[in-house]
Amino acid sequence: MSDAILSALGALFEGARFMFTHGGPNLIMIAVACVMFWLAIAKGVEPLLLLPIGFGCLLVNLPLSEVMQADGVLKTLYDIGIGNELFPLLIFVGIGSMTDFSPLLANPRLLLFGAAGQLGIFITLLLALALGFSKEAAVSIAAIGACDGPTVIYVSNMFAGMNRIPTAMVGALAVAAYSYMALVPVIQPPIMRLLTTRKEREVKMPSPKGKVSKAALIAFPIVVTVITGIVAPKGLPLMGMIMLGNFMKVTGVVPRLASAAENEIANISTLFLGLAIGGTMAGQQFLTRETLMVFGLGLVAITIDTAGGILLGKLWYLLSGGKVNPLVGAAGISAYPMAARLVQSEGQRWNKNNYLLMHAMAANTGGQIGSVMAAAIMLSLLKGLGII
Amino acid sequence: MSNTVFGLTMLVVGMGGTLATLFLITIVIRALRALFPVRPDDKEEKK
Repeated sequence: MSDAILSALGALFEGARFMFTHGGPNLIMIAVACVMFWLAIAKGVEPLLLLPIGFGCLLVNLPLSEVMQADGVLKTLYDIGIGNELFPLLIFVGIGSMTDFSPLLANPRLLLFGAAGQLGIFITLLLALALGFSKEAAVSIAAIGACDGPTVIYVSNMFAGMNRIPTAMVGALAVAAYSYMALVPVIQPPIMRLLTTRKEREVKMPSPKGKVSKAALIAFPIVVTVITGIVAPKGLPLMGMIMLGNFMKVTGVVPRLASAAENEIANISTLFLGLAIGGTMAGQQFLTRETLMVFGLGLVAITIDTAGGILLGKLWYLLSGGKVNPLVGAAGISAYPMAARLVQSEGQRWNKNNYLLMHAMAANTGGQIGSVMAAAIMLSLLKGLGII
Repeated sequence: MSNTVFGLTMLVVGMGGTLATLFLITIVIRALRALFPVRPDDKEEKK
């Protein structure tokens, strides 16, 4: 009898014993989860993502947790929505229905800022290869430069599914991508001030006149989908889902579907995606030198993205005789609408009568299209080179 | 394929391809605007 009671008590304290003997990495990751909670709750940093990711991270790092073992709740979520790239694509439908492309259609030349804002992806790819990462891991890390969480998860998980990168790396990449997206207001302003003169920052740009016609807004998502399908078919699911969401919104004939995409579908997918990604953050696999390098390279990627956009803006400023404010180039990334609002506030800081918001929104939506297009082109190139 | 050749190929073709595709889209947007012209603002219409 006493043996049975001791065995039962031993079973109850098995978790605690594990924590004391092998639980160092788990304790560190539980602390990381608490930092994510603090950032989300106290600082309002990407709470929609960091809260479920943090909770998934907590669940998987508790001693003897089975949530990521076969039939575990987080493993099931991972298999039904991350392993087959479904959740990032459903989130893209929601993003598409939340995006307004009319500033871009009113001022299409600003779409080119969306290309310059992807420079960080390709420079980071070179750096990651130089640091010894495999081709697939380097492409996944470079995708952080897209400033677009679902794109990073889509690309990296494709490689994880082929066993080309460790599954734990998907979690590190996702957390790095979402963290840096949230830190755009901290990362970008110093770069803006460093690369531009006061005279350049004070340039006023007149607002485009007139309203974009509804027919043009309806035709735009169809045309972009077709072009992506022809140029970079491997990335068609990414662009197609964004454009589907936008198409439902601008046609105005399926308000229930557009509303569901923007609310229920995006919310449920975000919750499940966050939990499943948090589930990949088990301490024993997550705490590696590579994870630290992923975070470092992610910062480099976003810094170069910002610099790329501003440098194109400076070139445009020179070629246009001072009519383009180079700050607008900083909005050519995918962090929508945060990057555009940041350009507006930075422009007004130097010239109170300066209203750059519509131009920055055009560049910012250009950045969204540019980031997905860059990822689509990378995937198609990898297929063309016989790597995937 | 060595990592250096791979990286440079991705930089040149990837960045170039992104730029060229977005430039193509700007041309298409201009064509759409020509086909479906911009309407005057509501305020201008009232004037």
